[in-house]
Amino acid sequence: MSDTILSLKGVEKHFGSFRALGPVDLDLRVGERLGIIGPNGSGKTTLINCITGVYRPDKGSVHFQDRDISHIEAHKRARLGISRSFQIPRPFTGMTVLENLLVPLDYCQVDGSKEERARSVLASVGLSGRISDPSEKLTQLELRKLELARALVGNPEVLIADEAMAGLSEEEIDEVLAILFALNKSGVAVIMIEHIMHAVMRFSERIVCFETGRLIATGTSSEIAENPLVQKVYFGE
Amino acid sequence: MRKTSILFIAGIVIVLALGFLLPWTVRNPFYFFVGYVVLQYVTIATGWNILGGYAGYINFGAAGFFGAGVYLSAFLFTTFGLPLPLCILAAAVFGAVLGLLMGYLTLRIQGVYFAIATLGLVVVLETIVHNISALGGASGMAVYGPRPPAWSPGPSQYNFTIMLVIAVAAVSLARFVEISWIGRGLRAVRASEDAAECSGVPTLRLKLLACALSGAVLAMAGAPYPFYTSFVEPVTAFSLIIGLNAIAMPLIGGTKSWAGPVLGALLLASVQQIATVTISSELNILFVGLVLIAFVAFAPGGLSDLFGRRQGRAKS
Repeated sequence: MSDTILSLKGVEKHFGSFRALGPVDLDLRVGERLGIIGPNGSGKTTLINCITGVYRPDKGSVHFQDRDISHIEAHKRARLGISRSFQIPRPFTGMTVLENLLVPLDYCQVDGSKEERARSVLASVGLSGRISDPSEKLTQLELRKLELARALVGNPEVLIADEAMAGLSEEEIDEVLAILFALNKSGVAVIMIEHIMHAVMRFSERIVCFETGRLIATGTSSEIAENPLVQKVYFGE
Repeated sequence: MRKTSILFIAGIVIVLALGFLLPWTVRNPFYFFVGYVVLQYVTIATGWNILGGYAGYINFGAAGFFGAGVYLSAFLFTTFGLPLPLCILAAAVFGAVLGLLMGYLTLRIQGVYFAIATLGLVVVLETIVHNISALGGASGMAVYGPRPPAWSPGPSQYNFTIMLVIAVAAVSLARFVEISWIGRGLRAVRASEDAAECSGVPTLRLKLLACALSGAVLAMAGAPYPFYTSFVEPVTAFSLIIGLNAIAMPLIGGTKSWAGPVLGALLLASVQQIATVTISSELNILFVGLVLIAFVAFAPGGLSDLFGRRQGRAKS
């Protein structure tokens, strides 16, 4: 098997006559930390939706572990090991924090006791004290952590964190970053979509920048920071 | 086994025992005639809640499934002389298939569009029945029910006991769905379909299953109806009041748990029956409307949520 875990080849997505994404070619290596940046409307979330199966690409293909998954439904991609958190937290309301994690465990293959697995993941993100609370009662930071915990509980190979730090304070950003670093250390490849530049710069081994649905630059943090195309997108001519 | 499950099973045993014993101790058959309607609505509300409450898909087509159960049972009994339990079983299977079909055609749409599509099902089925002479067409058909068996003192009592068994089966099914992976998945769908799908939940398949189970229970609720009234016609079998009650009762009782629809049906159906006898049967819909408005305004989570909050406050 190659060291590429996820690969997008010529992926395009249109909404009517509007081309929201592509064509995009992008590879993610096993255990890599990839940052995706770009202004609002640049196609970042559309890209994530094409990877996770919420959208089907109009052209091109998505490969996961050398397997074409372009036509596989979203829930099957989740079971294969592609997991995500949402830009706006979407807790399963009407359920406790623990139950929120039992949902993916009901449908994904995980060794051992489901409840023990859920409890250990909640402990790893610092939500042990909130296990029996209704998800509606969580703070913004706790909701972000719950999103991550729910994405992690099924033992994913790839985690996509879609603006997991939006609206958080500096201390809270550090907390979420620590969770993501720890997760990556265990071998999970992480794609971070973020507008908080210092967090993306700190976290990512490689960063790609999107504008109007196209990938315009790729490189390390310092290369991206000095790239004239990226500077033009963010600061103008 | 969990303590709540043991209590639930004990409750069922007591209710069933009462269902078989009361007909021999209570002399007036009218109570069983009225009790049948209350239990019929317990079944309808419970069946509706599997899709409408757990998954959050508001189904305006409950009367379609109920009517399908009524007519299939009447047809199988009058034409083939099938025994009542088999008529009920056939209605459940037919309701499940109808639910699957409705789900397959409508579940890709959500919200108000789904509700309108399900309303269309009632109109389609009623029109079909109107045009089938073997089902009596618009003028309906007479059904002379089976003689009650030796363990039941009369037809009203027999119908009551049969409906009680159906209601108990429906509530047990709803509880199983609620506490199992199916219920957790459906509640996740209700909260966020995209998040559920991205968590590995096969949302479409789960919703189809909910449609089938809900359809089976709703059709099963209609199966003994021909023997209760001895006459079926499209206007009553596909009545607006059935569709309305199917939604109102779970909303009044609470949609989150199996107890909500039971509570709502017991309350509203009993009051409707009392109003029918003491005031006017025509005031039923007005009454349902007023109670529904009051609950939506003052207790949107229904009675069970109201009790839950009170208990929570008392504990703290």
